[in-house]
Amino acid sequence: MAELTYREAVGHAIAQEMERDPTVYFIGEDVAAAGGVFKTTEGLLDRFGPARVRDTPISEQAIIGAVMGAAMNGLRPIAELMFSDFFAVCWDLVANQIAKTRYMTNGQVALPLVIRTANGGGVRFGAQHSQSIEAWAMAIPGLKVVVPSTPVDMVGLFAAAVRDDDPVIVVEPKVLYATKGEVPDDEVVDRLGAAKVVRDGSDVTVCALGAMVPKAVAAAERLDDEGISVEVVDVRSLVPLDTTTILGSVGRTGRLVTVEENPRLCGWGAELSSIVAEEGFFDLDGPIVRITTPHIPLPAADALEDLAIPSVDRVVDGVRSATG
Amino acid sequence: MSETTTRAGGMETVADQAVRLDMYRMMQEARLFERRAHDLFLEGLVKGTSHLALGQEAVAAGFSAAMAPNDLVFCTYRGHVHTLLRGAPMGPLMAELLGRANGVCGGKGGSMHLTHVPSGAMGSYAIVGAHMPIAAGAAWAAKERGTGQVVVCFFGDGTTNIGTFHEALNMAVVWSLPVVFVCENNLYMEYTPIGQVTAVEHPAADRASAYGLEGIVVDGNDPDEVHAVALRTIERARSGAGPSLVEAKTYRHGGHSRADPAKYRPEDEVQAWLARDPLPTYRERLAAGGVDASVLDGIEAEALAAVDRATEEAKAGAAPDPSLLETELWSDGGAAWRS
Repeated sequence: MAELTYREAVGHAIAQEMERDPTVYFIGEDVAAAGGVFKTTEGLLDRFGPARVRDTPISEQAIIGAVMGAAMNGLRPIAELMFSDFFAVCWDLVANQIAKTRYMTNGQVALPLVIRTANGGGVRFGAQHSQSIEAWAMAIPGLKVVVPSTPVDMVGLFAAAVRDDDPVIVVEPKVLYATKGEVPDDEVVDRLGAAKVVRDGSDVTVCALGAMVPKAVAAAERLDDEGISVEVVDVRSLVPLDTTTILGSVGRTGRLVTVEENPRLCGWGAELSSIVAEEGFFDLDGPIVRITTPHIPLPAADALEDLAIPSVDRVVDGVRSATG
Repeated sequence: MSETTTRAGGMETVADQAVRLDMYRMMQEARLFERRAHDLFLEGLVKGTSHLALGQEAVAAGFSAAMAPNDLVFCTYRGHVHTLLRGAPMGPLMAELLGRANGVCGGKGGSMHLTHVPSGAMGSYAIVGAHMPIAAGAAWAAKERGTGQVVVCFFGDGTTNIGTFHEALNMAVVWSLPVVFVCENNLYMEYTPIGQVTAVEHPAADRASAYGLEGIVVDGNDPDEVHAVALRTIERARSGAGPSLVEAKTYRHGGHSRADPAKYRPEDEVQAWLARDPLPTYRERLAAGGVDASVLDGIEAEALAAVDRATEEAKAGAAPDPSLLETELWSDGGAAWRS
């Protein structure tokens, strides 16, 4: 067992899979010689060589097209999109090509590929390098989407993504890159589509994702002092979505609060609220509460960005309103 | 024409007779398949839309005759012909146009997404330019895995003005990938003359120098010329020398799609190109070269019989079963979004 930063866990995860399977290749902008702009992929070039760890031009459409074509012809490629905002540059390749091709060809084409990307705010980069795109990806049939919130989940969910025969988007909250956690020395392989109850509680279920998970846990600990027992569910996987764990938790607590970093409209919490309203309505003891970023692009100034992204205080207030 | 742009005509050797007869067969099958698709559309059996390659058959035939069995083809929504000539079975192709369960994609793809992986027909892509980087990616995998495959990527003149054209060509050259990009310049991007919206005369070839490539223009209505260029560029790719960009000049006999009567084209231009229809002109050339008329008649009769059989096979197919609606989104065969 070693303590790794989330940043180190990214490189560890890629290396684990490249070591295991010679058909795993990794490409992206500045990922090889420079080791990634977030220093997540340092050392991979030396370890696996310039054919398997490759710098690309600033050509997001070519990067995503290349991993799609390579996946059609025998590789299991990984692409890095440096910032998740750049999905907007190559959305045709992601949403029209990668997502639809298996279905359109009635299963003739498998696309075992992974796109990993630095996502979300909290680092004062402004509106075009800070947004949370998980809801975009979740809305497209044919894409699997996971969001690891800890180093060990980064390794385990990434391994599951690489080994999956479908396209998987691995969303890395960039504000978590410096956080630390224990990662076993042995191979770590998790599975897609499994939420995790990270804190038991009995009064209210708080579903959180990515960088919102540690905030939800911090809020839960504070609320403990007020006598409110909070169960925190790390959703981890948006597609497939572990509705069993979520509905089960709401069944026990009778209340649901979602904590989303994405803007308000059509966030994953809205889908989750819809599912709980349809399938868990009679378990509910009160209205569902959604905590999100307002429906705005993220501002750069720290004073404003901190107001926009859900804080521990806002989670505490949201849970109080749900339970009050 | 820029100084780096060369015409391929006259520079190549003529293929042997068996290959030439095979190209004639392919062009006949392609022509009759497209005509039948048109007829079936008018009968209401082909739904939606269709983009026919009538008049452009020599490009696909010339390249298909130069490809090895495990080579791969990527094409566009005007891709019936490229998919057929790569070797996809004609009946299931026709059935796909009719939305039947026995179609190559089980009815889920349709005219614009014909795909038949077992023959190396890796898909028809209906967003202009999208398949260029995908084709490059398939070539990248071929190179890394050492399969010896070459990827041929067909696209239209309109594609040369979209970003993926540039991104894919640049990356393919930098990575020295075994891919041949083939622009079928039929002079119109949908309804608009390509020259009216493009900065250079030859939309593909004049840009080749930007990627350090030779600018190659070939008569896309001459299967012998196309075949010679195909052999040269495919061999270059297979030898490890990297990609090529070929511009084949040709002409659509019909409109952009089923909805387009193509009234915007000058009549004298249409007539001039119809006079250069690759099928009768190639038949004349073969006959002048000593091929007996009965041989050519036989090829035509066999092609028609094949299209008739394919039509019957397609019409006999059932509609896709409702149980197939939510299948094959994922590799487990299903479409579940929850676990």
